[in-house]
Formats: sequence, C-alpha cells, structure tokens
Amino acid sequence: MTDAPALILENIRKSFGENEVLKGIDLTVAPHEVVCLIGASGSGKSTLLRCTNLVEPLDSGRVVVEGEEITAAGVDADRVRRRIGIVYQSFNLFPHMTVLRNVTLAPREALKMDRKTADEMAISLLQRFGLAGRRDEYPDRLSGGQQQRVAIVRALAMRPSIMLLDEVTSALDPELVAEVLSVIRELAHEGMTMLIATHEMGFARDIADRVCFLEDGRILEQGPPERIFSSPENPRTARFLRRIIEAGRL
Amino acid sequence: MTTRGTGPANDPEPSTPAGSGRGSRVLGNRAVLVSSVSTVAFFAAVALVVALAPGSGLVAERFFSPFHLWQSLRGTPGEPSVLGAFLLNVYIFAISEVLILVFALVIAVVRGIPGPAFFPFRVVAIVYTDVFRGVPLILVLYIIGFGVPGLGIAYFSYLSDVTYGIIALVLVYSAYVAEVYRAGIESVHESQNAAARSLGLSRFQSLRFVVLPQAIRRVIPPLLNDFIGLQKDTALVSVLGSIEAARAAQIYGASQFNYASYVVAALLFVLITIPLARFTDRLIARDKRRRQAGGLA
Repeated sequence: MTDAPALILENIRKSFGENEVLKGIDLTVAPHEVVCLIGASGSGKSTLLRCTNLVEPLDSGRVVVEGEEITAAGVDADRVRRRIGIVYQSFNLFPHMTVLRNVTLAPREALKMDRKTADEMAISLLQRFGLAGRRDEYPDRLSGGQQQRVAIVRALAMRPSIMLLDEVTSALDPELVAEVLSVIRELAHEGMTMLIATHEMGFARDIADRVCFLEDGRILEQGPPERIFSSPENPRTARFLRRIIEAGRL
Repeated sequence: MTTRGTGPANDPEPSTPAGSGRGSRVLGNRAVLVSSVSTVAFFAAVALVVALAPGSGLVAERFFSPFHLWQSLRGTPGEPSVLGAFLLNVYIFAISEVLILVFALVIAVVRGIPGPAFFPFRVVAIVYTDVFRGVPLILVLYIIGFGVPGLGIAYFSYLSDVTYGIIALVLVYSAYVAEVYRAGIESVHESQNAAARSLGLSRFQSLRFVVLPQAIRRVIPPLLNDFIGLQKDTALVSVLGSIEAARAAQIYGASQFNYASYVVAALLFVLITIPLARFTDRLIARDKRRRQAGGLA
C-alpha cells in the first residue's frame, strides 16, 4: 500500500453546461507529497479538487486513491470521502453546532465512533491547533482564521489519507492568513499528503514538493517550485507569474 | 460567494453586548409618557363610541352579561360547559399538531429527494400539497367525515367524529406546513450539504444533522403562525357533530338567548394562542443568544 501513489487522477474531464472546465487532467501524487495547484481564478483548480472527492461528479476519467479506483461502478462514494479530507475557502462550519460537535459529528455518525472516544480525539486535535479553549463556542463567535483552523481539524478528525485544500486562505483578512498557513505547514512536516489550490505563491514555493500550473482546464506545466517560480518553461506560466510579481504577491 | 473578511464574528449588532438586548429597548421617560397618553386616549375614544352607540345597552347584556359569561363557562344541567368543550379543541389541536409536524416533514423531504428513481414519490408529494392546499378545510371535513364511514371498510369506517376531524385537519395543514419546511430546507445554503457530504456523511445523515436542524430553526415563526390557524380551525370539527367550544357556545346561545358564551369561547381561543406565541419568541431569543454568547446558555 505504501508504494502505491496516494492519488492518481487520470484524464479528468468536467463541463458545466457548454463550459468545459477540466479538459483532461492527469496528475499523480506520491505518499507524503505536497502538490500545489496554481493558476488564475477560473483555471479549474477548485473544480479539480471537488471532482477528486466526487462531491462534483466527473464527466469522465478515473480517480485512484491508494490503489483503489473510486470512480469504478459500485464504489460507495460516502466511504471514499471519509478517506479524503477537503477544506473549502468559505470554511462551511455547521453554525448550529459547537466547535466540538462540528469536529465529532462525522467521526461519530459516519465512523460510528462512541462519544467518549470522539470527544477525546477531537479535544486533543483542537489542543494541537490552539483551539482547545474554543470547543464549546459556536462558529460565528470565532475569527475567520479560527473558523478555518476548526474546518481543518474537522477534516483531520476523519483521519484522511490525503487532504485537499481549496484556497483556504482566500476568504481571510491578511493578518489571519499566517495562522492558517502555519497549520498547513505543520501538517506537511508530519507527512500529510496534500493537494493544495492556492493563490499564496510564497507559501506554495516554501511548502510544495511540486507545483502545477493550471490554465483553461489543463495542467500546462509542473515541477519543483524552485524551477517553476524561477525559470518557467511555458510562456503562459511565465506570463502568469509576471502578473503575480507585478501585483506584489510573490 | 461573497464571503469576505473575517466572517460574521465582527459584524452583527455592533453596539449590543451579549445578553443586554432587553435593556436596549427600554424607552426614554418622554417616550413612555407619550405612549401612555396616546394609548389611554385611543382606548377611551373606542369605549366612548361603543358606549354611545344606540344598541350599546342591549349588546352589553347579550354579550357581556357577567352572569351569562360565568354560567356558559361552567355549563348548566341543560347546556354543555364552554370550558369543558374547549378541552376537546385542545385535545384535537395537540394530537393534530404532533401528527402534522411529522407528516409534513416527510412530505417536504420526499419532495426534495433527487434522482429519477424517486420521481413517482416526488409527484405524489406535489399532487398532495396542491390538492390539500386548494380544497377548503370544511369540504375536506365533510368528505372525510361522511365519506369514509360510507365506504364501510373494516376499522377505518368506524372511527369517531373527532378522529375524522383530526384526519382532515392533518391532511390540510400538513400540505401548508410541508411547504414551510421546504422553504426552510431550501434556505440552507448548498455548501452546508457539500461540507457534510465531503466529511463522508450520507445524504440522509447530512439532512438529519446539518440541513434540517438549521432549516427548522428558521421556520419556527411561520410554523407557529400555521399552528395558531390550526387552533382556531379545530372549531370546524363541530360540523361533524363533535361538541367543541364554538358548538357548545352556540348551544348555550340558542337556548338562553344570550351570546356571552361566544365571547367566552373567543377568549379561550385567544388565551391559548398567547402562550404559544410567547413560547416561540423565547425559542428564537434563546437560539440567538446561545449562538452569540457561545454555549453559555
């Protein structure tokens, strides 16, 4: 199992009506690898992540998680999603539940974990990410950064084998970005396999083992961050990065 | 998505510290004076108009005679007590409300199940709500109350009038309440469902733990509104022969030639709706307070 790639995406295609958003994406992520997806808004990064955990149904293509093809007929998508953690740009915490209940809901209901075990597990996760004091609060009492950290903890509570992060800092005020990025850094150091869509180029350069540049539903270029950011081969990657630098974001 | 900034933590009601909502609504001294004077003046004017009306003496005797108010409330050997009869309204209301809450939720959920396999179920739910919102309650009462017994089916054709009344109320009101539930379900943003499904919860678990609790909280005020209507409409069950408060008042009025009994019945209906309204206010306030104060309530 450890030798199999954590994730294989094969010729992923997806259209919304006439608009083809993903035009055949191939991507393999090794265990413990951190892959960052960069590219302009609308390039298909978010859709790719949503297709990976089948929240958005694919038009065609294959998704293989740890050697198991999850797009095959008869695979229970709910079971698959338990192994793939996803965190969204807009947090999407459950507003009617305390932080603790947000974190324990899925372990208790989907994994049938008993309450005591789930609570202990959630409390130790919240402690690790500096949220222990917030466990009985409701999400709208937390700052955006705290909410996003709770969303990450909520995904981690399912013990996923891979995490998908969909522009998790884009909805945050600038001063709150750092606390969320440091959580992701910590996950990377612990060896969590991650596929990250991000606009934070500096962060991508630091954390990624590999960077993929998406444009118009295709991966145009990929490679180690040092190379992509310093000497991109594709002229469109170069143009995208030049605009980012001009905007002062790198 | 318009989410921007640090989320709702900073923006709602900037000047209201948690828990002080009551104090902030207190009026100033001058405002209290003005509102007292205008209230007194208004009701004095109304009382004057009623008192000066040519038939006011007759009306006072026929509708507000203390003797008849009291006697119709208690009942006499010959006439049923309006209060006693009102217990039947409460009984009908209590049973119907529970059944409606459950049945309407089933209808609303069935109507929302996606997928071609559930098409016939969705059609049944739609036809049901269309029909029972369209037909007047009194006709449904006649059709159920006189039609079903006429069919001569074992058990179902031999129920009490009250039971047929409850069935008719449940059928009609569930159609309304199902629409209220459905509006609530649709008001919960799809991203909530997506978040729940992404965690590996099934469609049903997402509905049960994430979507419905939020939906139901939002529709409590309109639900209450429908239930106040239901409380009043329990009076219509009398067309099947049950002696509930309105019917008892009518019997009293017809034999005593005094209509204080109607006033008594009206007051009883008003009295029972007030606690329900206040209870709902409290539920809403509690929910708001709890979410703003963070688990202290």
